[in-house]
Amino acid sequence: MSEHRSHLFGVMGEFSTPEELVAAAKKVREAGYRHIEAYTPFPIEGLSEAVGFRWTAVPLLTLIGGIGGGLTGFGLQYWVSAITYPLNIAGRPLNSWPAFIPVTFELTVLGAATFAVFGMLALNKLPEPYHPVFNVERFSHASTDKFFLCIEARDPKFNLAESSRLLQECHAQHVNEVKDE
Amino acid sequence: MSVEQNPLAMRESEPFLEPGHTYASVTDKIASVVLTRPLGLGWLAGFTLAFSLVMLLNVAIGWLIIKGVGIWGINIPIGWGFAIVNFVWWIGIGHAGTLISAILYLLNQKWRTSINRFAEAMTLFAVACAGLFPLIHTGRPWMAYYMFPYPSTMGIWPQFRSPLIWDVFAVSTYGTVSLLFWFVGLLPDLATMRDRATSRYQQVIYGALSMGWRGSSRHWHRYQSAYLLLAGLATPLVLSVHTVVSFDFSVAIVPGWHTTIFPPYFVAGAIYSGFAMVLTLSIPLRKAYGLEDFITLRHLEQMAKVMLATGLIVAYGYAIEFFMAFYSGDKFDVFLANQRLHGPYAPYYYALILCNILTPQLLWFKKVRRNIPALFVMSLIINLGMWLERFVIVVISLTRDFMPSAWGRYSATFWDYATFAGTIGLFVMLIFLFVRGLPAIAIAEMRELVHQESHADGEHK
Repeated sequence: MSEHRSHLFGVMGEFSTPEELVAAAKKVREAGYRHIEAYTPFPIEGLSEAVGFRWTAVPLLTLIGGIGGGLTGFGLQYWVSAITYPLNIAGRPLNSWPAFIPVTFELTVLGAATFAVFGMLALNKLPEPYHPVFNVERFSHASTDKFFLCIEARDPKFNLAESSRLLQECHAQHVNEVKDE
Repeated sequence: MSVEQNPLAMRESEPFLEPGHTYASVTDKIASVVLTRPLGLGWLAGFTLAFSLVMLLNVAIGWLIIKGVGIWGINIPIGWGFAIVNFVWWIGIGHAGTLISAILYLLNQKWRTSINRFAEAMTLFAVACAGLFPLIHTGRPWMAYYMFPYPSTMGIWPQFRSPLIWDVFAVSTYGTVSLLFWFVGLLPDLATMRDRATSRYQQVIYGALSMGWRGSSRHWHRYQSAYLLLAGLATPLVLSVHTVVSFDFSVAIVPGWHTTIFPPYFVAGAIYSGFAMVLTLSIPLRKAYGLEDFITLRHLEQMAKVMLATGLIVAYGYAIEFFMAFYSGDKFDVFLANQRLHGPYAPYYYALILCNILTPQLLWFKKVRRNIPALFVMSLIINLGMWLERFVIVVISLTRDFMPSAWGRYSATFWDYATFAGTIGLFVMLIFLFVRGLPAIAIAEMRELVHQESHADGEHK
């Protein structure tokens, strides 16, 4: 940080059930906020849609990884067996493709799985040891039993007093400022 | 409809989670095993025993490296002794974890939730034990890199038409994907551990491992997408691994190996032994750490049913082996079938039938499926039976080749047994470390289950 005083990252409301959180997220979005994020101890159906997130590139990356792995697998075997190290065994074809299927399959799965996992981590920008939301003391409950909704300060509609009031209207139990130090 | 057929009635009568649990209580109970519970005498005693077996393994491998494979009972024609028997046995055990995690996830089976984490850990440790054998069975583990395609100065490359090379790719892919799957599942739980850790070093370790996971809804969305895709990828993978292992045998022309039933029958056997091992581990685990609320009697019963079903597939495999030997009329196959029943290793074959086919028939009875000591003993018997199956396949076929002049006998030496016992010690030691170092049950998924169960209750009222 270039400046030493703390910035306001946003304002965060705490809810005790997933249903309240989803309802609140919908209401806050209807109020016109776009930079909002929910934090929950387990995945909740319909929540990412409620905060306005629908599409993820993870399946596409997985497909690319799978195709890449498969082509690498077959290409490697073809190149080794037919081009760089051809062994003539009783005149059998060098490109004996049925024998190359198991390794092609394994490398397809390997490529797809590594792309799925590392793609997911990269899109989530993990590892990310520091994040402003961790500055909220009660946020440790986000990994146990509480559900949080954060309206971020970068939202053009953001106003500390008004946004806090909106969260309270959604029946948030606690409303805290999130500081970015 | 009977209770068995009606899932709703079943849920009312017997839930997968004892009632009364909240998000916080499941978290507390599972995390406290790792974070707050002191080391018990039982844990220390078990760990010490397992650790001494690992020391035995070190000695056995050290002696192997000094002297070579001559310290084992292998000879010509029996070049594949305990090393391959144990490799196939361990890799088979390593199938249950991914089956539970991937296939039962795709089938939306709720009972996987409280057993998937340690079944996956068990898979990783079993694959580690399995991988050790191909590595050391040449007696020159420092040459193992020859198996990988790398641009060597000699200009030679692996033979990609050989099942042994397929095996290298299948097992290493399986190990890697299982590790990724396990780690992805652990990620939210590591964040829970980080937030609940009290000592500095726990906070640092779990904090680093959890990568700053904060449970954001966008993160969960991508996470679930990746998890589902991994499950979809791991499903054909888990079936392919033992298929490729069976190719090591069935692609060869040796009598008793060269059969098309091998791939499905190996896969069924792998799942069979894997579930037996999950039972062997979960019964003491739930008792020792008071996890009976999560790993309920119903979970054990479900696993018993899977064992019974896969056990019947294995029995079918044995029957087809005999049928095909006589139906084909191939005199070497007929001879080998007779050797199994009357040859020098016949006692092993009868023990195998007793362990793998007759014993599990008791699982038809609900009383037996719900009797915990009986299940535990049965799971050990099935593990033994599956080991005998691999012994019968490897040893009987190799000792009775086509020509009587090529026949031989095989008996294991002290070092064979020491290496085998050592890998069991390694496996048990890793399990002991795992239950004290990482949450043995998937906490985030248990919270999801609490949420689902509370909704299910609401619908009934």
